[in-house]
Amino acid sequence: MTRFITSSLSHFILLIGILIMVVPVWMIFASSTHTSSMINMNGLQIFLGDSFYENYLRVLLYQGGFFKEITALKMFFNSFIMATGVAILSVVTSLMAAYALVYYRIKHATLLFWIIFITILVPLELRIFPTYSVMAELNLVNSYFGLIVPISASAIATLFFRQFYKTIPDELLESAKLDGANTWRFFVDFLIPLSKTMIVAMLIFMFVFGYNQYLWPLLVTTSEQYWTVVMGLKMMSGSIVHRFAFVMMSMVPPILIIIVLQKHFIKGVFQDK
Amino acid sequence: MSFLDLKNVTKIYPNGTKAVHETSLSIDEGEFMVFVGPSGCGKSTLLRMVAGLEDITEGDINLDGKLMNEVDPSERDVAMVFQNYALYPHMNVYNNLAYGLKNRGIDKETIEQKVNDAAKLLQISDYLQRKPSMLSGGQRQRVAMGRAIVRNPKIFLFDEPLSNLDAKLRIQMRLEIKKLQQKVGVTSIFVTHDQVEAMTLADRLAVINNGIIEQLGTPIEIYDNPKSLFVAGFIGSPQMNFLDGNLKNKTLSAEGFEIKDVNTEHEGEVTLGIRPEHLVQSENGLINLKVDLVEQLGSDNLVYGQLKNIKDFCYRCPGNQTIEKDSNLSLNIENNKYYIFDKSTGKRVN
Repeated sequence: MTRFITSSLSHFILLIGILIMVVPVWMIFASSTHTSSMINMNGLQIFLGDSFYENYLRVLLYQGGFFKEITALKMFFNSFIMATGVAILSVVTSLMAAYALVYYRIKHATLLFWIIFITILVPLELRIFPTYSVMAELNLVNSYFGLIVPISASAIATLFFRQFYKTIPDELLESAKLDGANTWRFFVDFLIPLSKTMIVAMLIFMFVFGYNQYLWPLLVTTSEQYWTVVMGLKMMSGSIVHRFAFVMMSMVPPILIIIVLQKHFIKGVFQDK
Repeated sequence: MSFLDLKNVTKIYPNGTKAVHETSLSIDEGEFMVFVGPSGCGKSTLLRMVAGLEDITEGDINLDGKLMNEVDPSERDVAMVFQNYALYPHMNVYNNLAYGLKNRGIDKETIEQKVNDAAKLLQISDYLQRKPSMLSGGQRQRVAMGRAIVRNPKIFLFDEPLSNLDAKLRIQMRLEIKKLQQKVGVTSIFVTHDQVEAMTLADRLAVINNGIIEQLGTPIEIYDNPKSLFVAGFIGSPQMNFLDGNLKNKTLSAEGFEIKDVNTEHEGEVTLGIRPEHLVQSENGLINLKVDLVEQLGSDNLVYGQLKNIKDFCYRCPGNQTIEKDSNLSLNIENNKYYIFDKSTGKRVN
């Protein structure tokens, strides 16, 4: 009996937690399907309205910005390019950096690693002006390259790959050497397949990181053509229902990427065990 | 020149530890050589230098007439079986075997042929599609050997490959390795700290201690004629009994008994070694043993007792004899099979 009570109680607490997290999101979604006059008169709504298509289509295709050059659709495209670019580039560089740090006979490799690692303590915001001036010198302002590259060196991902490589027994490398694998082949035939699950996890992590960038894209793009979704959230004007609709849509890509890749992630984990 | 020639090979690690001291050794083609010694004696280092996984500080290694010192491991044409097998966890058994061949640019049909032949020989044909994680210890061991065999290397190197198996499987795999080596006829070096493994597998064995080969010879030579205290203590199970003694005028006195007409001119402090299996019961024997404990192994009994200053003096007798605890035994040494070592140098003197 007491067990029933404690378990009901814990379920009840969990349910409250879920409601606290979900209800605001739901209310924004429900409100975004009403007309703006309805929201202005009656406040946020719990139940769905009937203006879903009308609102969402308008948001996607509306020509916004000061020069009316950008649509939400284009922002999604920009954000997708940026997030994917950051994810792929940072995973590739981190994989290679970790490989060099662990397997090459570099003097003071540990010291070098910690130097790389302390860049975590120097966020983009701190180095934003020098980084901007480098990009400006290189004529990379207003380009996807300029959006992606400066935030693609990830010490966190390097740390994860490095720690993982360190758990791989030396015998595997030695055995591969005797089997005729050179440095490159060991990387491609062994380390990449073995770190598959970690690569997927890092791709998710870095995609979301790239997608959520606000300050850097704001600074490095002057042309509306390069606006991203997160910038758009701030820049957006117009009626409240359209903003709600845009907020809802902005959540879709990260959630989608997690759902799609998590399938592989879990598959990888279970295959290797 | 023999097939594998080690000349004054020395290994000094960057921190100054000397793992192998000027070791010279020749191994003939098709020979099964075993390096045996306690852990940390340098036997694995020596093996890894042959494989090319450790640099050679000084000396030369010649394999099949070619100097190997600067040759990359992948070019040496040696195959190694590691203690933890080092199977490639993300590849199935087939690819584990085929990987080394693929890297050598061998065409697909030949690879398939070779892998299937090796799999048949080792009876792992049914598991070719499985990942290593789905195999038992013995099967993994076979795959590891298959990976070595399939490449048809000049030399097999085994680095304590049986120590991760349970006792029963170890004996079985020991037999299989020996049979396989005889069948394939490839020169092999096997590293182990288990003297039974060493004795059973070796054509010749090298007893290594502190980075030096203490003795080199066939297992029986080494068992019958240990040249040093270390070798005598290391080879043979149960261990040889050691007693402190004194030699004077060809008479050895130790622990309350004397041996006359000893076959040596040496004088002074010595250690007397007697193997438990070289003792026999006889009336008015040299040694009086008060029995503390009897271990009955079935085929043999191991009798432990106390001499004057020696605890756990061991005597081995056939299993059909009944020996009571606390009884007194009178023992003689069979056919003068005893060993005398200089106490300070540990060298054999008789």
